Amino acid sequence: MIGRNQIADRHIGSLLEDYPFLASFFGDNGLLVDGRNDATLNELFSEFDEEEREEKAIDQDLLMNQAAEFINQMLAFLNEDNDVHAITILPGTDKSGVPEGFDSLVIKKSEVVSIVGPTGSGKSRLLGDIEWVAQADTPTSRRILINGDIPDSSWRFSTSKKLVAQLSQNMNFVMDLSVREFIELHAESRLVEKPAEIVERVIIEANKLAGESFSPETPITSLSGGQSRALMIADTAILSRSPIILIDEIENAGIDRKRALELLLSEDKLVLMATHDPILALMADRRIIIKNGGITRVIETTDEERTILSTLEELDRTILGYRTRLRAGESLLQGE
Amino acid sequence: MNLVTVSGPPSSGKTSVILKTIDALKQRGLKIGVVKFDCLYTDDDALYRKAGIPVKKGLSGAMCPDHYFVSNIEEVAQWGIGEGLDLLISESAGLCNRCSPYVKEIKAVCVIDNLSGVNTPKKIGPMLKSADIVVITKGDIVSQAEREVFASKVNLVNPSAIIMHINGLTGQGSFELSTLFHDEKTVIDTLVGRELRFTMPSALCSYCLGETRIGENFQMGNVRKMNLEGGI
Repeated sequence: MIGRNQIADRHIGSLLEDYPFLASFFGDNGLLVDGRNDATLNELFSEFDEEEREEKAIDQDLLMNQAAEFINQMLAFLNEDNDVHAITILPGTDKSGVPEGFDSLVIKKSEVVSIVGPTGSGKSRLLGDIEWVAQADTPTSRRILINGDIPDSSWRFSTSKKLVAQLSQNMNFVMDLSVREFIELHAESRLVEKPAEIVERVIIEANKLAGESFSPETPITSLSGGQSRALMIADTAILSRSPIILIDEIENAGIDRKRALELLLSEDKLVLMATHDPILALMADRRIIIKNGGITRVIETTDEERTILSTLEELDRTILGYRTRLRAGESLLQGE
Repeated sequence: MNLVTVSGPPSSGKTSVILKTIDALKQRGLKIGVVKFDCLYTDDDALYRKAGIPVKKGLSGAMCPDHYFVSNIEEVAQWGIGEGLDLLISESAGLCNRCSPYVKEIKAVCVIDNLSGVNTPKKIGPMLKSADIVVITKGDIVSQAEREVFASKVNLVNPSAIIMHINGLTGQGSFELSTLFHDEKTVIDTLVGRELRFTMPSALCSYCLGETRIGENFQMGNVRKMNLEGGI
């Protein structure tokens, strides 16, 4: 751990050399460091007079602590091994206190588990339990293990270390940026190496998922629904550090869902998918049935059940084919 | 009694977050009250009353809401203690980016939403920078990437805060927040003598001149008191 005393008298230049990420800390805290490489951190923080401190709401003491805290966080972030290869859900009770209908549920990397149950049945709570790595301390009394062990509580409170990333139907892009600028910003916040290559890859993968392709210069707010979802999925698969992805009812329109799942799995994600779409549910290895706040059953997808999949996929392809013809301005009748 | 101060820009979802968090706290059998500070108008006290939560409201009118807050927080705390509350939550809207309503050693929560723009965290002063917990709302309608970028921008200006994501509509995340709101070991009898974490934006009372201590003895000039007697 680096304490405030270890950085207070060091020069800005050498601090930036050791901790390049401090540049964004200075920038976002309104501290101008250009040409100030020879000043110490203490000097930089203390050269504001009373009036400036009042005006800009600068608290020198707090700032020094925050700088040390930020360095420690980022060092931990760059070094930590976040490998999550399995999570285990241990049963609790439903809203009426009835024990849940399974012994233990292990979800491994590159597995897909679907969650079914009516609105309000407790899907959000299940997700909440996983995200909070519940230890019998939530209303369901469930317990969550990571890699078979009781995890440390840093999963609960760390900003950079979130267990679950979410994708849902209602999500929109709201920033005023082009696709490239946006992905760059995300890559920057993740401190990735070779950001340019990663950005390129996200855009290529997103275009493979989208029904209609888009250029890196397109403003993210003018992407179509399908394109937005494709970009969100590719970005989450490649750039998010969360090992678990929750997909909440991604509809069919304008996106190749099978490919989307394959992309997430190829990036070693554990995928949970709340859905009532039979095709998606059959793509999952198992499905969790939730009623009245509790998991009543866990059903393995059998080969027999999967035989239905080919029929459904055929129907899906037919509809997709018509949609493509419609978009291209063609007649829906064969041969015209 | 425990006291938690919740603050945040208008329409960031403070009331929804507090209501959902109180739902979770009530499961633990705790008695909770709320005091709502606002500027010109608020209906939120009706929402709390409807949920069966003892509530008081104070409108600062032409005054700086932060000054109004600090001039009344001790009296409000005494009201809460008189009501036999286990936890009193104060809710105040941060109307300027310079707002700084937190008291040292009193849990401070800042509520801010994902829609407010990625540059907003660096524009907000002590209200965000000196909070113990930062709650980010409206995550259900923006992309995962924007949530991650926004949280990292908050972390840049306040690395020591606990950042939590809460959906004010479904309450997702509010149970988790509730575990941080009440601590049996913390007992607050009075706020007199305590200090603000940061000086407030200027107006025209003793606090404009840099006063940070709480209590009637330190209040001079344009001090307005809430009416805590009877109905509102």
